[in-house]
Amino acid sequence: MNYPLKYSIQSVSESAVCINFGNSIDALINDRVHAFCHHLKKSSATQWIDIIPAYTSVTIIYNAIELRKHCSSAYEVVKQEIEKAIASCDWNKKGIARLVTIPVCYHPNVAPDLVRLSKEKKISIEQLIWLHTTPTYLVFMIGFLPGFAYMGTIDKKLITPRLEKPRTTVKAGSVGIAGEQTGIYPLDSPGGWNIIGQTPLTLFDADRKAPVLLQPGDQIKFKSISMDEFMSFDKNSFNVFNL
Amino acid sequence: MSLEVIRSGLLDTIQDVGRYGHQHLGINPSGAMDKTAMHFANALVGNVHNEAVIEMCFPAATFVFNKECLIALSGADFGATVNGKPIQINHPIAIPRESELKFAKNNSGSFCYMAIQGGIEIRHWMSSASTNLKAKVGGEKGRALKKGDVLSFRKTDFIASELLVFPWSVSTSFYKEPTLIHCIKGGEFDWLNKSSQEKLITNPFTITTLSDRMGYRFQSESLRKSINEELLSTAVQFGTIQLLPSGQLICLMADHQTTGGYPRVLQVAQSDLPKLAQRRSNESISFRLISLQAAEDRLINQHQQLQQIQTSCKLRLNQFVSEKYKR
Repeated sequence: MNYPLKYSIQSVSESAVCINFGNSIDALINDRVHAFCHHLKKSSATQWIDIIPAYTSVTIIYNAIELRKHCSSAYEVVKQEIEKAIASCDWNKKGIARLVTIPVCYHPNVAPDLVRLSKEKKISIEQLIWLHTTPTYLVFMIGFLPGFAYMGTIDKKLITPRLEKPRTTVKAGSVGIAGEQTGIYPLDSPGGWNIIGQTPLTLFDADRKAPVLLQPGDQIKFKSISMDEFMSFDKNSFNVFNL
Repeated sequence: MSLEVIRSGLLDTIQDVGRYGHQHLGINPSGAMDKTAMHFANALVGNVHNEAVIEMCFPAATFVFNKECLIALSGADFGATVNGKPIQINHPIAIPRESELKFAKNNSGSFCYMAIQGGIEIRHWMSSASTNLKAKVGGEKGRALKKGDVLSFRKTDFIASELLVFPWSVSTSFYKEPTLIHCIKGGEFDWLNKSSQEKLITNPFTITTLSDRMGYRFQSESLRKSINEELLSTAVQFGTIQLLPSGQLICLMADHQTTGGYPRVLQVAQSDLPKLAQRRSNESISFRLISLQAAEDRLINQHQQLQQIQTSCKLRLNQFVSEKYKR
């Protein structure tokens, strides 16, 4: 990557530090975030409690009590370790890059904002589906709810602000748009994203070996399915991962 | 060996220190609101500090124990009685079988913890017993306890034929100066204009009724920013105090989301989180700035005190039991 490496290290609390690589929603900056997370997981001497990627930042949760057994400032030790990790990081490696195909039913019966968006943007529903299913999206980060993936960026024509009045309930599986982001609700939840479709896949299943389907850094492709296919969808026979 | 919930409380959940290592997947830590009180309750009955406990809000549930056991209550004082006899918090208490534990009066604090010797038999989900109400996982079926729930506990050294409040208790200075909350500067502290920075560390802030395990909302003279940049979401923590667009503050608590995008003006010192958690709505607090180093030192100091308490509780308990109770 021929992008100058800019970063800042900031303490967040007695047991958390944040490394920031920029200040815009940008796939190149976000790639750096995932490369750094991958590097930290693989090569750190310290056992980190959590490594949390976001759009432009990585937040590390550490065990200050453990670290203080050997020093007088846990933060200084962590900071030094991070400087070392930044110096030794391979910015082109971000772990297993998975391509995930997600079937989505774009039908007004499961997508309360679909017709309104098509009218507002003066495009047909077919065009809207085409615009949403054409790009390959990046999972910038996961947050808000267990397994809620912030993906982007969407075609400029689809950019829509959040609802002024969030709904009290959005169904699990609902596919929404907010700003230049697209996302899927993993659980029934209140929410303010514009809902344009629904996937029959289960994004969050506590009993599954990997409860959360999508991971930060995944590549996502949406595939349009009909209402019939949605109703008769067999989760077991659909292969979402094309590794 | 079990206890049964015979009357539901407002919000009683099973919690431990929380679920860590999965925040990159949006799985939030949950865990006890007041971890010091959880630690105390466990220490008093000789459990490891992270054993799952029952966290209760007022009005709390009513329990019946079908078997003798040793319990301890810590944190909020809800006027507990066993078979009608008042019992104190922060003591080990031997409970005879078929006893009824009730909570009659909201005397002080917000969250009361009950530990049972040997711990509650509860399936861990992703390495924690904590209830995550939003994802409906952990604890008892991912929800608050309700009438009819039966919780098993593992073992007991006690065959108490009558109620006995053991003659020692734990106490601490951790909750002193209850309205003063120590904080370090948040990442966007400097976004506030000068007069709002001043107000933040001098004015009182009142906890509103819109406060829960996810966050405490404060009412105060509203604060203003001099920098109005758009902030991208980043990871947030228990104790992160954010400035809402209204100019009011919210402090993220145990059930916080993993990420957030509001300016972070303060971060509550970890050692003062228990104190803040036990404040009630309509009570006021004020914030005092300390350095990161001072916050770290306080955390270490608190941890050492907790370890000493844990050790001395265990000693007292072993002595007492070998003299009086051992089978």
